[in-house]
Amino acid sequence: MIYFDKVSKKYPNESLALQDINFSIAHNEFVSIVGHSGAGKTTLLKLLLAEEKPTEGSVFFESVNVHELHRNDVTKLRRRIGMIFQDFRLLPDKTVYENIAFAMEAAGRSDDEIAFDVPHVLELVDLNNKAWDFPGHLSGGEKQRVAIARAIVNQPDIIIADEPTGNLDPVNTYEIVQILKKINDIGTTVILTTHNKGIIDLLGKRVITMEGGKIIRDDASGKYVL
Amino acid sequence: MFWLNTKRILRAGVLSFWRNGFVSLSSILVVTVTLFTVISLIFTNVILEAVLSDFKEKVDVNVYFVTAAPEADILQIKSNLEKQPEVASVVYVSRDQAIAEFKDKHKDDYLTLQALNEIGDNPLGARLNVIAKDPSQYEGIAKKIESQNTLMAGGTNIIDKVNFRQNKDIIDRLTKIIAGTKQFGYTFALVLVSTSLLITFNTIRLVIYMTREEINVMKLVGASSMYVRGPFIVGGMMYGAVSALLAMILFYPITLWLTGTTQDFFGGVNLYSYYLKNFFQIFIIVLMVGMSLGAVSSFLAVRKYLKV
Repeated sequence: MIYFDKVSKKYPNESLALQDINFSIAHNEFVSIVGHSGAGKTTLLKLLLAEEKPTEGSVFFESVNVHELHRNDVTKLRRRIGMIFQDFRLLPDKTVYENIAFAMEAAGRSDDEIAFDVPHVLELVDLNNKAWDFPGHLSGGEKQRVAIARAIVNQPDIIIADEPTGNLDPVNTYEIVQILKKINDIGTTVILTTHNKGIIDLLGKRVITMEGGKIIRDDASGKYVL
Repeated sequence: MFWLNTKRILRAGVLSFWRNGFVSLSSILVVTVTLFTVISLIFTNVILEAVLSDFKEKVDVNVYFVTAAPEADILQIKSNLEKQPEVASVVYVSRDQAIAEFKDKHKDDYLTLQALNEIGDNPLGARLNVIAKDPSQYEGIAKKIESQNTLMAGGTNIIDKVNFRQNKDIIDRLTKIIAGTKQFGYTFALVLVSTSLLITFNTIRLVIYMTREEINVMKLVGASSMYVRGPFIVGGMMYGAVSALLAMILFYPITLWLTGTTQDFFGGVNLYSYYLKNFFQIFIIVLMVGMSLGAVSSFLAVRKYLKV
């Protein structure tokens, strides 16, 4: 489904973020990418979202090179990927309901579909009673659950979670990981980057370990080893 | 799909405008200042035109006729002059009117009036007061008058004198003042409007800079550039529309006060009645300027953050 072919990324300040990255991710996989800060995890995700271009190599999504896509097609590609960020990145002047509805509106879904799907997704992340609250009135865990709801509402093929538990306490971290597992169980590919050893050991899924812009381990059922 | 997106963009723009009240208010204040400048320039232009035309009317070329000049010949010359494109108006002052004016002007000067009585007959000839459309055209008009065949039977010229030569200096100076004032006015207006536009553009850019992270998220969530940009443009247009209304309301007391205190100074222009009479036209101009300014500024400011 996703294939990184000899990908390297050098930033204008000459810092080498990624070096000769080769790996593939199959449909319905749950892959964790671990590594210290600056190991290149986020750059890897940015390349997949076509937010950055590789200096060398290619990134394929279902045999399509994402960096050869037209701008409009990049937008369509992103609608098939749900993004979850460490700092939540909710739209502060929109309510919880509107934040989730925005992803559907952007994908051109009808008002009826939005009215049906958003409450359903809110129920899934247990936030029905917060639908008309603004993000500023939510706790960190609640914000991250809104972000997850926004990411899954369009039923994407992949969920990319970039350190989603980085700002959360252990209880909320556990809840978020359970939600991600549930999403994966219903057939969605999940790519998770994290520093959290507990999460990796709990998941018992595939782990890609990065260091200095290189992949140093790729274990099918790995543990956090650094 | 187009109408659905348009409806959503409009709704998002209005909601964002309302929910970010403080940011909207500060933007509106800056745009209002710019539109205030635009309206001020419209009024300044009206005043300038009135003052200059007042000046122009005070300068004319007088054609003095000999006392024996037949009235029919004078009226013929008047008619010829009126046909000239550069002539704005020609006023005929008959010998009787001329003496009446003279007496009125010297009604307190006993000696002059007594001297006039002693002469017995009316010593003043008729005259034509010629006003040009532009002061620079007086020289040409004077030449045309001088070149006309104005001989009576017996070979005497009916024109006694044309006073252009005496007025030439002041006319030349006035022509230069008018041209200079207009040039200065336009340059000043251009500088003022450009500065205001730049300030407005920068304010809106700053407002959008604050939301750059949101723009980034919208793009990553899969929104098209137009869908992200749309609400900002709607917001910018709303800043312009509200500011236009505010600026127009502000000018109600201002024109009322200015008319009461400075009407004579401003070449007799009644700014208040000009404001009321042209309210709709001025409002449309200001509304268009304000909304375009808001829309274009937002369009350009968002562009930078859409390259995700």
